[in-house]
Amino acid sequence: MSRTALTRLTLPRLLVGLLVLAVVLTGAVLLGAIDLGWQRVLAEIGAQLTGGTSPLSDREAAILWQLRVPRVVLAGLVGAALAMSGAAFQGVFRNPLADPYLLGAAAGAGLGATLVVGTVPAAQDWVVGPLPLAAFVGALGGVTLTWALGRSAGHGTATLLLAGVAVASFLTAIQTFVQQLHADTLRQVYTWMLGGLGTAGWQQVVLVLPYIGAASVVLCACGRLLDVLTLGDDEAAALGIRPARVRLAVLVAASLATAAAVAVSGLIGFVGIVVPHAVRLLAGGSYRVLMPLSLLGGATFLIAADVVARTAFAPAELPIGVVTAFAGAPFFVVVLRATRGRAS
Amino acid sequence: MKLGLVDVAAGYRGRPVVERVSVEVGSGSWLAVIGPNGAGKSTLLKAVAGLVGRTGEVLLDDRAIGSFGHRERARAVGYSPQTPALPDGLTVTDYVLLGRTPHLRALARESRHDLDVVTDVLARLDLAALAGRQLRTLSGGERQRAVLARVLAQQTSVLLLDEPTTGLDIGHAQALLELIDRLRKEDGTTVVSTLHDLTLAAQYADRLLLLDGGRVAATGTPAQVLTPELLSRHYAATVAVLSTPDGGRVVTPVRSTGAPTP
Repeated sequence: MSRTALTRLTLPRLLVGLLVLAVVLTGAVLLGAIDLGWQRVLAEIGAQLTGGTSPLSDREAAILWQLRVPRVVLAGLVGAALAMSGAAFQGVFRNPLADPYLLGAAAGAGLGATLVVGTVPAAQDWVVGPLPLAAFVGALGGVTLTWALGRSAGHGTATLLLAGVAVASFLTAIQTFVQQLHADTLRQVYTWMLGGLGTAGWQQVVLVLPYIGAASVVLCACGRLLDVLTLGDDEAAALGIRPARVRLAVLVAASLATAAAVAVSGLIGFVGIVVPHAVRLLAGGSYRVLMPLSLLGGATFLIAADVVARTAFAPAELPIGVVTAFAGAPFFVVVLRATRGRAS
Repeated sequence: MKLGLVDVAAGYRGRPVVERVSVEVGSGSWLAVIGPNGAGKSTLLKAVAGLVGRTGEVLLDDRAIGSFGHRERARAVGYSPQTPALPDGLTVTDYVLLGRTPHLRALARESRHDLDVVTDVLARLDLAALAGRQLRTLSGGERQRAVLARVLAQQTSVLLLDEPTTGLDIGHAQALLELIDRLRKEDGTTVVSTLHDLTLAAQYADRLLLLDGGRVAATGTPAQVLTPELLSRHYAATVAVLSTPDGGRVVTPVRSTGAPTP
């Protein structure tokens, strides 16, 4: 058997993915709204590693270690979560346009956030801010509602998709209504919805890491089963797996990761669609490759997008959702054109 | 493996599509399920594969199929649907390897042995040269062979093939059926297939089962089932059944009125 006949995560592919991520990550730590000087940042990192003396002032060190680095790490986690969840949803629904927000996660999170912003006074001494918590609960609530509704109407992915559409418009209607009642909060809600990592800190990283980490393990482990699911439910069942169970496991993992991402970064569009498709076009359609490479690709893409968001018009910040769509769409077209007509 | 159906009824959402089907398929023999459109042929195959709700018994070597676990059943019975989904971005090898699923634990990886099975199946179906090709670049005949290869990689002793020759021209259809027949004889596999071409069904199957309106209208050898009377009654067709010198049957439509005379 020639190894090339198999679509697998080969070592060269993994290394390329890791290398690109490492380069973008390093760049993101060196660049920022406040120029610390890239040689000095490198010297500071070297000093931290070797225990030498820091070339930065206390204030500069705080900017680097308490603002910039956690923000880069969080961007990587959120990007990985959204891209992997997007790939998972596309596999489960056998629909290339599926994204992580499809089952009411976005609408639910939006409603949760709007309710909290409109009704709970801003407090500084919360362990977990009310906004992330409400968005997290809202996202999971939306998905659960969709699942329950879809189950009551019958089996199959089409029913679930339609239930998702119904739940999303229903929750969005409530959210719009609540928003109109509290017109003074419009700007805050709107800013949150466009997505951003402006409030990132180590606390958020610690908060989302367990969910995104566990979901990554589950989704990467389910790669082969997702490949079987692409054959359709009948054939998957004829091959001895229970499609509904695999689907549930994958949806729970992907929804937890999405909810965690939404909670700390708002609604960042496009990552969940563009990254898996770019990976598909470049490396093949097997979920065994798609999952791990979407993880790396999503992290890379969002870290890069966040660098643009915080430096392009510094000190003002662009909403990162604007950057992902603005940069992602043309990039996607380039990938599409480059691979057009290729035999594979 | 011997396959037995005892008073099988099956359908969707409690509405029966096939009813009261009882038939025995001997180990290593070939049963072709024939019948007009909508007679329940595909549903019967799905019922045996455990993909639709069913009452009655399906027996594998006299053991009720309900007592098999999911994976155990999938190691005994292989199924290919009429219009298989061919996922984008998978190579022929990736696809055929999915047939090893019932031999693997849920999160396990394929072993050397699984890859060897796939290599062997690809060679037998003359697909070795296409091993690295993307599925969607295959021609119709190559696709049908790839689907067959996936079912064969499952290494089951019963094969359920729903219209394996869909979309194939007569030459490719013949080649595919010859291949199934050869594999059946080499491995002693029991084959149940639906076939809409009655002449091909007569040539390849040992026995035919004629379904109409979800009920068994006739069962027996091709000579017993393919009679002008039965076919006109159940297909609402006007046909002539010709006998070939070697005892085969050829079913041909006859135009009863208005045929132009030369």
